[in-house]
Amino acid sequence: MTDLTASPANAAAPRPSSLLTLDARTKRRNAAEARFRMMGAIAVAIAVLALVGLLVSILGNGLSSFRQTHVTLEVFLDPAKLDKAGDRDPAKIAKVTTFGYAPLIQAAMQTAIEKAGATTEGVNAKQAAGLISDEAAATLRRFVMAHPERIGETLSFPMLANGRVDGYFKGRVTMESAALDRNISPEQLQLADKLRAAGVIEMKFNWGLFTAPDASDTRPEAAGLGVAILGSAYMMLIVLVLALPIGVAASIYLEEFAPKNRWTDLIEVNISNLAAVPSIVFGILGLAVFINFVGLPQSAPIVGGLVLTLMTLPTIIIATRAALKAVPPSIRDAALGVGASKMQSIMHHVLPLAAPGILTGTIIGLAQALGETAPLLLIGMVAFVREYPGAPPEGFFDPASALPVQVYNWTQRGDPAFIERASGAIIVLLIFLMAMNIIAIILRRRFERRW
Amino acid sequence: MSPIKTSVSALALLAISATAGAARDQVQVAGSSTVLPYAAIVAEAFGENFDFPTPVVESGGSGAGRKKLCEGVGENTIDIANSSSRIKQSDIDLCAQNGVTEIQEVRIGYDGIVFASDINGAEFAFTPADWHQALAAKVVKDGALIDNPYKNWNEIRADLPAQPILAFIPGTKHGTREVFDEKVLHAGCKADGTLEALKASGDEKADKSCMALRTDGVSVDIDGDYTETLARVDANKNGIGVFGLSFYQNNTDKLRVATMDGVVPSVETIAKGEYPVSRPLYFYVKNAHLDVIPGLQEYIEFFVSDDMAGPDGPLAAYGLVSDPELAKTQEMVANRTPMGPLSN
Repeated sequence: MTDLTASPANAAAPRPSSLLTLDARTKRRNAAEARFRMMGAIAVAIAVLALVGLLVSILGNGLSSFRQTHVTLEVFLDPAKLDKAGDRDPAKIAKVTTFGYAPLIQAAMQTAIEKAGATTEGVNAKQAAGLISDEAAATLRRFVMAHPERIGETLSFPMLANGRVDGYFKGRVTMESAALDRNISPEQLQLADKLRAAGVIEMKFNWGLFTAPDASDTRPEAAGLGVAILGSAYMMLIVLVLALPIGVAASIYLEEFAPKNRWTDLIEVNISNLAAVPSIVFGILGLAVFINFVGLPQSAPIVGGLVLTLMTLPTIIIATRAALKAVPPSIRDAALGVGASKMQSIMHHVLPLAAPGILTGTIIGLAQALGETAPLLLIGMVAFVREYPGAPPEGFFDPASALPVQVYNWTQRGDPAFIERASGAIIVLLIFLMAMNIIAIILRRRFERRW
Repeated sequence: MSPIKTSVSALALLAISATAGAARDQVQVAGSSTVLPYAAIVAEAFGENFDFPTPVVESGGSGAGRKKLCEGVGENTIDIANSSSRIKQSDIDLCAQNGVTEIQEVRIGYDGIVFASDINGAEFAFTPADWHQALAAKVVKDGALIDNPYKNWNEIRADLPAQPILAFIPGTKHGTREVFDEKVLHAGCKADGTLEALKASGDEKADKSCMALRTDGVSVDIDGDYTETLARVDANKNGIGVFGLSFYQNNTDKLRVATMDGVVPSVETIAKGEYPVSRPLYFYVKNAHLDVIPGLQEYIEFFVSDDMAGPDGPLAAYGLVSDPELAKTQEMVANRTPMGPLSN
């Protein structure tokens, strides 16, 4: 450098360089830097926009699913219809199917309309009863089966309103669309308006979304996530109980004890590969091994849990090994130096220091498993399941659904009300995922130590 | 940890836990996504009215369901396969190979396939020949076999609207596509004379060539379900989608249905056989499971009962065209008559 500046050519024409006036080259460099920064900012903006767009569309479609239209009717439990023999014999009462309960609801609706003083031009008794969900007959029958002694009384029952009526109060169904819709007429909606003014119809918080099981295509208003939430919870429990100990034990062995040779290298490469295997492959494995070979039942959370365990293990092992590696060797050396055995140094010092990292990795692995649908497709969990699984451990073998599966199922249904439900289910799933990620962040913030 | 090690340790845990699995007490069903809504409606009503648990109904396609049915006999195999097309000889062979010998074939009713466009769009009155001319790769025009030249519907027939041709049809993995190919494209091919022209030109597979579609983006295969078709029609107002009758009936406020041969598709016109594009729906029952799985016999009897599958039942209300020969099916189910060999 000094040679160059000292050369006569340079000395003859010194560069007009100043900190205050920028030369062309510096300007170019500054411009390039500004462009580079701008590109980064644009990338962030695109990501934020995409996220906002996603959230707006999901929340816009789904928030309304947390409220549901209910109808409260005084139903006369007519002994002439429900218990012809009059001896309150449960076996005979059970013979009356839900179809036999429909006339009671129809009659109760007429009474309610009269009480509200609403006129019903263009709406016959059957259409008026059509404002109420088909689920109502099942609700009534369940009550009568449980309390046969109350036949003959007039009782007040909260019932769900039909999905279209619910859609009307949420703005999804309009008078114009109802005129074209063969499932509801504008006259029925006018009647619904009058009943709402009279307080018979009201909007309430939709607890059913969280507790009720799935429902068939004819009654979207009754569909809930109860079975799916239970199924997902069971699977996460299985994944946690199996994947965490196996994953941590494997990582400790590989990181602390295993000799560095070709075999451990091979295992290491395989673990990294396994983490990148598409999840559907684990589903095929689950079908072949757990269902066809071991003979576990179809659609059961135990199989789902095992498949998701296999899927989550590589994630946990990689995170755990990284956490173990991050513990400084001086800690190990000090422990060994004061006479601790290898096991003591790991259990007393290395593992506690690595714990936040391990837990973070585990929670992120679990969150990933919670949102997984593809492997469940092959083991029969993408299904219409209405029965709640029993309490664990037997419940692990009962059929169940899962949260992402329920979203997938609902988006395929014909009735537009299921789109709202599906978005609601996505919100529930997102809340679960966010809660898990927040826990992971808190754990890391609170317990992580930097050296 | 290697994959072998992983599975071995998981298997060891399983061997202990597998013994805890109790006998299955609910009916398991898999198969066609077209039959799924009907099966779900029946399963729900069955669970409400009987002392048996609600059956579990899986979708996944007719072919996949039948394959699962034929996997063997035992509690970890399914009891019923829903199917929107008839069982194939290859399925029966597979069943026989795995020890599934007696299968009941239960026809639950008929399903209509409708053509519908955006509610605010023009009205269409189609014939199968129109569809063939719109979508086929090769058509006859003025007596000559040429590559499909049509861009607008009114070029095919003057009384159709002047609207660009754009069709969203079910992808080849759907059972609906088979019906579309056979009852619309093939029928249209015959009607507009292309079949004869193809045969005359020495095409040995003329029947197949009839159903070859043009590839210039005018016909779009939808591999998803009807909700995707609806979204496409919604996004592109010129598009005409192929839907199931029940799906259309749930979305009459968004779709305008087209007539076929002058007939408006409805449960009534399909039941009378006037509307040409329809198909029977089935489910297949493994007889070996009838006395093993509690509630199986009751479920299939309930499915075909007048209360459910009859013309005034909830299935008909949802869009299933009830079978005029339902009484025969009820008798067959009560007697557990297994199906004979396929006639064709």
